[in-house]
Amino acid sequence: MAVISFIEAITQAMQEEMRRDPSVFVMGEDVGVRGGVFRATNGLIEEFGEGRVIDTPLAESAIAGVAIGAAAYGMRPIAEIQFADFIMTAVNQIVNEAAKMRYRSNNDWNCPVTIRAPFGGGVHGALYHSQSVEAMFTNIPGLKVVAPSTPYDAKGLLKAAIRDNDPVLFFEHKRCYRLIKGEVPDGDYVVPIGRADVKREGDDITVISYGLTLHFALQAAEKLAEEGISAHVLDLRTLYPLDKEAIITAASKTGKVLIVHEDNKEGGVGGEVAAIIAEHCLFDLDAPIKRLCGPDIPAMPYSPPLEKFFMLTPEKVLEAMRELAYF
Amino acid sequence: MTKSTRNRHTAAGLTDQQVLDMYYYMLLARRIDERQWLLNRAGKVPFVISCQGQEAAQVGAAFALDRQKDYLCPYYRDLAMVLVFGQTARDCMLSAFAKAEDPNSGGRQMPGHFGSRKYRILTGSSPVTTQVPHAVGIALAGKMQKKDLVVFTSFGEGSSNQGDFHEGANFAGVHKLPVIFFCENNKYAISVPLAKQLGCERVSDRAAGYGFPGITIDGNDPIVVYETMKQAVERARAGEGPTLIEAVTYRLVPHSSDDDDRTYRTREEVEDARKKDPIPRFAAYLKEAGVMDEQMEQEMAQRVQAEVDEATEYAENAPYPMPESALDHVYER
Repeated sequence: MAVISFIEAITQAMQEEMRRDPSVFVMGEDVGVRGGVFRATNGLIEEFGEGRVIDTPLAESAIAGVAIGAAAYGMRPIAEIQFADFIMTAVNQIVNEAAKMRYRSNNDWNCPVTIRAPFGGGVHGALYHSQSVEAMFTNIPGLKVVAPSTPYDAKGLLKAAIRDNDPVLFFEHKRCYRLIKGEVPDGDYVVPIGRADVKREGDDITVISYGLTLHFALQAAEKLAEEGISAHVLDLRTLYPLDKEAIITAASKTGKVLIVHEDNKEGGVGGEVAAIIAEHCLFDLDAPIKRLCGPDIPAMPYSPPLEKFFMLTPEKVLEAMRELAYF
Repeated sequence: MTKSTRNRHTAAGLTDQQVLDMYYYMLLARRIDERQWLLNRAGKVPFVISCQGQEAAQVGAAFALDRQKDYLCPYYRDLAMVLVFGQTARDCMLSAFAKAEDPNSGGRQMPGHFGSRKYRILTGSSPVTTQVPHAVGIALAGKMQKKDLVVFTSFGEGSSNQGDFHEGANFAGVHKLPVIFFCENNKYAISVPLAKQLGCERVSDRAAGYGFPGITIDGNDPIVVYETMKQAVERARAGEGPTLIEAVTYRLVPHSSDDDDRTYRTREEVEDARKKDPIPRFAAYLKEAGVMDEQMEQEMAQRVQAEVDEATEYAENAPYPMPESALDHVYER
């Protein structure tokens, strides 16, 4: 198995799917000649030509809307929104169109579109290149929302998203792109959408996370093990619909739950995870459900100390985990 | 009957039978629409949104398309348009009554939200103009697959202010896609008149910004609409790119069954517009051109009446969807 970066996993998934299926194509701002501002589509235009790797006009609603039309026709477009922050002008197309096409046509039409968007901070991106916008899309039945944290999951889930016959919003934490490396098998595989994954087995506390902060939890768990505290770490991977069974199992296993995400706390995905636990396994708990999240401020500021204040770190996560362990 | 020198349709490439068929669809749409208002006022259907006044624009446009391979991304007034593309009076009444057999949505959507994969009519929604980028996407897909297809999308003049109109038209202009942007300018966006909608004089003026032709025509004349559309279709099929057509019409009735247009326009204005009603006008033309006589007109009216009666009765007696079926088709099973 080769060790590759998160962004290489994304590129490989698109490249392999485009080789496998001529109906798969890529469109977005700067995805062609430039290979994407993060280089996620690097090399694709050379291999597949500008007919299948389309540099679009700078207009997000058209990127989503044109992809939706092509998908309804029977293609499998991968539309890139350059930064998740800029998805707002495409929300009408994603929420009112893509997510509702199957339902509103009584199963006559469907929309197999994949919309990729880099999210999250820690790259000096300030308010409008750092946002975590996933919670806006996690109460939209008809839409699937995915946010992988490892190269293996990123590749397998992106392939699953492209092959899915319903719309998938695919969030990639931009800090993971080059920071996170991992083993990926050489052959073709998919990771099923809708299933969480236990990234570390443990007995004392359960941490539930996704994206970059999942890695902070794993690093903290490593340190805590030296202190004799055993942490169980669940990676949600799919944020909508949530894997309720995996959440309940993971929470019940230790009876102490910490939910961690970079998105701000109130109204975040963690609230839904907590509600699932409260509804289904409250009496298995030995401590109140804790959440460690970004602060409830409009977005991540630019100045380094302000950005640092917003971002979670392995140390902040470690502290919260230790506190819960000693509750 | 003798052929009149006032025959315009032959020169436009339309046979006598075709113009009679056009008249039939216009009349059928009008009578379905009128019946739905009656049913609404009788408390039998919750909502109506009308095509009245716009039938000539819709039928003229639809006849210029290839009903075997072209795609429609219509808007909510396009009743006459979807009838030409294959939907029936029964389909429309099933939709009005929100019955399980409604082909658009199985009773899930309000009437006027058309969609039928078998007729290549893409499912639509209520937020206006979202269908415009979809049309562009279908055209892009068709071009990628080297299919000879034209995509037609329609919208009101108010909708031409939406970002999706601009974004979609620009995308199609850049890629020279086979899309026809068809604005049915009925002069009102609910209550707001044209003068408060457009900074420019005509909707068609906007085409210049996208690098393709725009033209404003009399949308009450189905032959003019057909001729203009035919050229746009030929342009699209030849790979020369999109066309914006603004068909000027008038909405003869309120915006919907929940609107009262007396609050924003005079009765005199509406009566004046009724004098230009495309349906009697086209009937008069067909008679002048020697294509239709009194007897044929009456027979046509009776045939349409019978169709609407049958459709109403069928739809009224058809079953509603099962309540629990509300849970179906969120995702693929």
